Amino acid sequence: MNPDHILSVRDLKTRFLMDEGTAKAVDGVSFDVSPGQVVGIVGESGCGKSVTIKSILGIVQKPGEVVGGEILFRQRGNGAAAAEMVDLAKLDGRGKEMRAIRGSDIALIPQEPMAALSPVHTIGNQLVEAVRLHQDVSKRRAEELAIERMTEVGVPNPAERMSMYSWELSGGLRQRVMIAMALSCSPRLLIADEPTTAIDVTTQAQVLRLLRGLQQNHGMAIIFITHDLGVIAQVADYVVVMYLGRVMETGPVDDIFHNPQHPYTRALLESIPSVHALSREPLPTIEGSIPHPFNRPAGCPFAPRCVAAMPGKCDRRTPKPTQLNGGQSVSCFLHNDAAEED
Amino acid sequence: MLVYIVKRLLLLPLLLLVFSVIAFILIQAPPGDFVTSYVAELAASGSSMDRLQIDALRELYGLDRPGYVQYFKWLTRMLQGDLGVSLDFQKPISELIGQRLLLTVILGLSTFLFTFAVAIPIGTISATRQYSFFDYFFTVFNYVGVATPTFMTALILMWLAFSKLGITITGLFSPEFADEPWSFARTVDLGKHIWLPIVILGMDGTARLARILRANLLDELNKPYMEMARAKGMPEWRLIMKYPVRLAINPLVSSLGWYLPLIFSGSLIVATVLNLPTIGPLLLRSLIGQDMFLAGAIVLSYFGLAVIGTLLSDILLAWLDPRIRMEEA
Ligand SMILES: Nc1ncnc2c1ncn2[C@@H]1O[C@H](COP(=O)(O)OP(=O)(O)OP(=O)(O)O)[C@@H](O)[C@H]1O
Ligand SMILES: [Mg+2]
Repeated sequence: MNPDHILSVRDLKTRFLMDEGTAKAVDGVSFDVSPGQVVGIVGESGCGKSVTIKSILGIVQKPGEVVGGEILFRQRGNGAAAAEMVDLAKLDGRGKEMRAIRGSDIALIPQEPMAALSPVHTIGNQLVEAVRLHQDVSKRRAEELAIERMTEVGVPNPAERMSMYSWELSGGLRQRVMIAMALSCSPRLLIADEPTTAIDVTTQAQVLRLLRGLQQNHGMAIIFITHDLGVIAQVADYVVVMYLGRVMETGPVDDIFHNPQHPYTRALLESIPSVHALSREPLPTIEGSIPHPFNRPAGCPFAPRCVAAMPGKCDRRTPKPTQLNGGQSVSCFLHNDAAEED
Repeated sequence: MLVYIVKRLLLLPLLLLVFSVIAFILIQAPPGDFVTSYVAELAASGSSMDRLQIDALRELYGLDRPGYVQYFKWLTRMLQGDLGVSLDFQKPISELIGQRLLLTVILGLSTFLFTFAVAIPIGTISATRQYSFFDYFFTVFNYVGVATPTFMTALILMWLAFSKLGITITGLFSPEFADEPWSFARTVDLGKHIWLPIVILGMDGTARLARILRANLLDELNKPYMEMARAKGMPEWRLIMKYPVRLAINPLVSSLGWYLPLIFSGSLIVATVLNLPTIGPLLLRSLIGQDMFLAGAIVLSYFGLAVIGTLLSDILLAWLDPRIRMEEA
C-alpha cells in the first residue's frame, strides 16, 4: 500500500445472500483515500455506495457479508513510521478491535439525521455516549466536550440543546448535531453518506461549507457519498464513479468534470441541468434503467445502456481498471482493449 | 408531566360516576326489590322483621320513590362508605370485600410484574435471534399459551400436582392462616402459595406481550439509529437494550391499559377453580344468588381497578415517551 494513503480499498466484494438469489451489491471496488483528502463517491441509487461504506465500517448486517478484498486502514500511531496497517475486512465487525476503530478513528455521518437519532433519548445523552465510548472521561467532562463540539459545528445555544430531543430540532440542526457526534472523538476519516439529501438547498450549502471548513481545521480525510454531481463539484478533491456495484472511473475532480473518459461518467454529466442551457430544452437522460442486482448483465454492467457499447465484446467480457495519465483510471474497453477481468 | 397527571386525575371522578350508573342499573335489573327479597331470605332462614323495621329499610333505600332518587340515595351511602348489606351472607358488604379486594390487587399487580419480567426477555431474544431454535420454541410456546383457556391450565396443573406430587394447590394460604389477621408469618405463607396463581394467570398475557414485543422489535432492529449506534462503536447487546428494546416497549406499555383490568376481572373463573380468596368468586356467587348490592359493589370495584390501571399505564407511558409528555402538557 502506498504510504501516502490512510485507507486503501482493494477489490472489495460484498454480497447479500437471499432466498431469491445473491445480490452482488459491491463487486470488486477499489479506491484510495489520502490524509486530508475529500473523496466523493457518486452513482445512481442502489449502485452500492452505502454498502461500500458499511463494509468499511464493518457494520454490514445479515444476510449481507463481505466475501472478498482488502480494506487497509492506517491506524493512529506515533509518527509515520509507527503507523500500523490493519485490514478491516479481516476483523470481526462486532469485535473489540473493530469497535475501537469505529466511532473514534473512522466516524459516520448518516443519510437521515432524523431516523439516526433516538426519539426517546435526549441529544445530550447520545452525544455524551459517543464521547464516553472511546474516551475515559467523567460524565461532566463528556458533557463539556459535547457542548464544545456543538459550538464548533455552529449549533446555537448548545447547552440548552443537550436536554432537547431530536424531533424538537430543525433538519439542518439535526444534521449539525450528527456532525458534532461524528467529530466527538476527532476521527481521521469521516464518512458522510448523502449528508445533505434530507435537508433543503440553503441549509445544504451551509452544511457543505461547514464540512469543508472542518476538514481543513482538523486535517481529516472525508469520504463523501452522493448521487448529486453538483455537490461533488463543491466538496470533492477526488471522485469515484460507481455503477451497479463496480467502479467505472476514478480521478481528480477537475479531470472527471472536464475530461470524463468513461461513457457512463459522460452520460451522468450530460444529465445535470446547466444554468446556461436553454430553459425549454429537454434534459438528456440515460436510456434504459438500472438492472436489478440479481440479474446483472454479463460483461460490463453498463453495456446494455451504453451508447458506445461494442457488441460481442462489452456484453461478454468485463473490463478492468486501466491507469491513464494524470491519476485518472477507467474500466472500459474503449481505453484498453486487453484489460479484462479473469 | 404534572399537568398531564392532573388532567388524568380530574377525569377520574367523572368516569367513576358514569360507571356507578351502570352498576346501579345492574343492581336494579332483577325483578322485585331488595327489601322484599331480604324479608323472604330472612323468613327462609327462620327469623323475621317487624313492619317498622321493614318500613325504615324501604325509606332508607327510597324504594317508593322514582329510580333516580334511589340512585342518589345509594350513591350518597356509597360515598359515605356504606356499601350496604349482603343478602346472602347477612354481613356488611365492606367487610366481605375489604380483605378480598386487597388480595385481588396484590395478585393482579404481581401477575402483571411477572408478565413483564418474563415477556420482555423472551420477546427480545426471539427477535434478535430470529428463526433460531429459541425463537421457534417460544413461538410454539406462545401459541399454546394464548390458545389454552387459563382455567384449563389451572385444572391441568392442579390435577398434575395432586396425582403426581400428592399436594393440593388451591387457595392463597395454608388452612391455618386462612382466617388469621395479617402477620409476618401469614405474608410468608402467601408468598409460598401465590406464585402458582401468578404463573397460571400470567401465562396468557406473557405469551401475548412477548409476541407483540417480538414484532415491534423486529421493526426497530432495521431502523437507521441502529446503524448509527453501531457506527459509534457501541457493543451490540448494549445498544440493543438501550435503543430498540426501549422503543419497542412503548407500545407494550400502552397495552397495559387493557391488560391490567383484564388481570383483575378476567381471573374470575380461574380464581373460582383455584378457590382463591379474591373478589372474583364472590361476584360469581352473588350473581347466582341475586345478591345485587354485593354484585353492584364488586362490579364497581372492578371499574375502579380498571380506571386505576389505565391511569397507571398513561402515566407510565408519558414517563417513558417524551413525545407524549410534550404533546399533552
Ligand atoms: N439489507 C439488504 N438486504 C438485501 N440487499 C441489500 C441490502 N442492502 C443493500 N442491498 C443491495 O445492495 C444494493 C446497493 O445498495 P446500497 O444501499 O449500497 O445503494 P446506494 O448506492 O447507497 O443507494 P442510495 O443512493 O439509494 O442510498 C441494493 O440494490 C440491494 O440490492
Ligand atoms: Mg445509500
